[in-house]
Amino acid sequence: MATEEMEQLVRREYKDGFVTDIESDTLPPGLDEDTIAFISKKKGEPEWMLEWRLDAYRQWLNMKEPSWAHLDYPPIDYQAISYFSAPKRPEDGPQSLDEVDPKLLETYEKLGIPLHERAALAGVAVDAVFDSVSVTTTFKKELSEAGVIFCSISEAIRDYPELIKQYLGTVVPVADNYFAALNSAVFTDGSFVFVPEGVTCPMELSTYFRINAANTGQFERTLIICESRAQVSYLEGCTAPMRDENQLHAAVVELVALDDAYIKYSTVQNWYPGDEDGKGGIYNFVTKRGECRGARSRISWTQVETGSAITWKYPSCVLRGKDSIGEFYSVAVTNGRQQADTGTKMIHIGEGTRSYIVAKGISAGKSDQSYRGLVKIGPRAKGARNFTQCDSLLIGDKCGAHTFPYQEIGNSTATIEHEATTSKIGEDQLFYCRSRGISEEDAVSMIVNGFCKDVFQELPMEFAVEAEALLNVTLEGAVG
Amino acid sequence: MLQVTDLHVTVEDKEILKGLTLTINAGEVHAIMGPNGAGKSTLSAVIAGKDGYEVTQGSITFEGKDVLEMEIEERAQAGLLLGFQYPVEIPGVKNIYLLKSALNAQRKARGLEDMPAPEFMKLVKEKLGFMKMDASFLQRAVNEGFSGGEKKRNEILQMLVLQPKLAMLDEIDSGLDIDAMKVVADGVNSLRAEERAILLVTHYQRLLDYIVPDKVHVLVDGRIVKTGDAELAKQLEANGYEGIEESAA
Repeated sequence: MATEEMEQLVRREYKDGFVTDIESDTLPPGLDEDTIAFISKKKGEPEWMLEWRLDAYRQWLNMKEPSWAHLDYPPIDYQAISYFSAPKRPEDGPQSLDEVDPKLLETYEKLGIPLHERAALAGVAVDAVFDSVSVTTTFKKELSEAGVIFCSISEAIRDYPELIKQYLGTVVPVADNYFAALNSAVFTDGSFVFVPEGVTCPMELSTYFRINAANTGQFERTLIICESRAQVSYLEGCTAPMRDENQLHAAVVELVALDDAYIKYSTVQNWYPGDEDGKGGIYNFVTKRGECRGARSRISWTQVETGSAITWKYPSCVLRGKDSIGEFYSVAVTNGRQQADTGTKMIHIGEGTRSYIVAKGISAGKSDQSYRGLVKIGPRAKGARNFTQCDSLLIGDKCGAHTFPYQEIGNSTATIEHEATTSKIGEDQLFYCRSRGISEEDAVSMIVNGFCKDVFQELPMEFAVEAEALLNVTLEGAVG
Repeated sequence: MLQVTDLHVTVEDKEILKGLTLTINAGEVHAIMGPNGAGKSTLSAVIAGKDGYEVTQGSITFEGKDVLEMEIEERAQAGLLLGFQYPVEIPGVKNIYLLKSALNAQRKARGLEDMPAPEFMKLVKEKLGFMKMDASFLQRAVNEGFSGGEKKRNEILQMLVLQPKLAMLDEIDSGLDIDAMKVVADGVNSLRAEERAILLVTHYQRLLDYIVPDKVHVLVDGRIVKTGDAELAKQLEANGYEGIEESAA
């Protein structure tokens, strides 16, 4: 197929581009200690939390924005961003779905997340984050009967201060990196999950993040703790309406798994990637890290990344517990002028730790994508093993794919395997499918979904279907 | 059914077909034979619409419609189906999924509903049995890890399920042992019908012992230099292409 046709096919409009008209209680742009005090007060936080934020802010002031990633974007003016935006609502907040602003619900409907139906039908509890405030939480009762705590991080700070003090910032320290420090200072909401010893969370937990107000940064903070023998599967999904100015998103996600615990964290990210020239998309700088603190614990990251103008994201596992397991399954799709520098870090500390990485990158249009992965084996990690598989698929001839694997091996008993492939979407494959009567769009969709199959099968069932649909929309015409 | 008239085709500025004319009627089986580099595979590729072939002169019509104006998938939907000499692998895509998508895409183009799943499974299982293929084929990724013989059988399986009006088979015999050849030939012979035509492209006469053609065309240097019946293929086997070239010259 001619390259020109291919290009035409990969052009598509963002389907979730609409803006909900809700009066926002928004802070004017700018960041200083007063901003942080305002956020903390607005959230009704205790004094120690404010101090924690201010400490992060002061460290952030002395830090430099990282420049090592294979990304190109104009400097971000952190004073031009508004750090708080909350939809106005009655003093006490909605007590049930009936009390939720119908426009919010409508927004979710447009995104295909009819909360009540979906939650009831799929047995999924949804803690929906609209802009920066958690609007509604369903299935809380069922969860609490199981002893599972699932609430917004703000509620957790108020209601479970001891757990927060014990775990917050222990996986991603406040000054871990530039964006994590910024998040620690100004985070406005996010999810908190606590699964007590021996409990398997009775349902998939799901949060849909969404950036809505213009020019507001979104700083989510998520903390998930699984005590010994506890298990949870958590899904985060994101879409955002169309905007002209770039919007900054700097989230932090921390996972803690104690002995024999298992946390499965799946992400479907579909933030606005910008128009064909890359104008107006989301900047996504995320720090996600899980710590397998206990023996035989297991943390699994699965991500499907199709959105954002800029993606800077390396979900990582710190394998501290003996025989613990870290997994990373990723599909990243870039189109138009999107840029993504993403991958994972597997830090093997404990004996007999194992990690498994499967990363699939699909580049189309004029996009540029890098896989960056670190496998580090510490001196005490006897018998540690890693397997890495990195595959890139190129669509057209104006996109790029790069692989940056780093390995630091401090123990001679470790076993490391790395496989990498780069292929162009086969014109022969396309011709083969089309010569069977299958349309070009469907053929591309079929080939790309086949390419991603290893990762999709790691997603919870209902989300795997969603991910395939999303891939179809994202690479409309070129990828399905 | 198919009318190719004075077809000139260039590939990367080199003229491969130099005025080829061919008429195929419904119910007929045609074989195109010729030495390597004569343009045999180019003909079927151009009819199917493969990229990289430039038609500089001449025309191709199928049931009166201008094939060269049609998209690749439209040609297949119209009933032109190409069996590949080297079928490609499509990792992660199950064979059954490709079959189902292809069949339903063709049905849709003809204004039909998707075939109900039970009916589809019944159809596929029957054809699978005919091709002496195991049901596990359906769950394997398209052509991935298939042996040469399995790939060719799979091509014929697709033909049996999709039931084209004109089946074009490009060197379907290459790389087949004698048992596989028989199975493939049985598959092709089962396609023979009043309303259907078959075009075989082959280098060797061997295949034509099993699939007896109505007409044999000898393609040399981009032109059909001789047309005859099945006997012609046997003469070729005995005398080689050179004899034909001389007599044609």
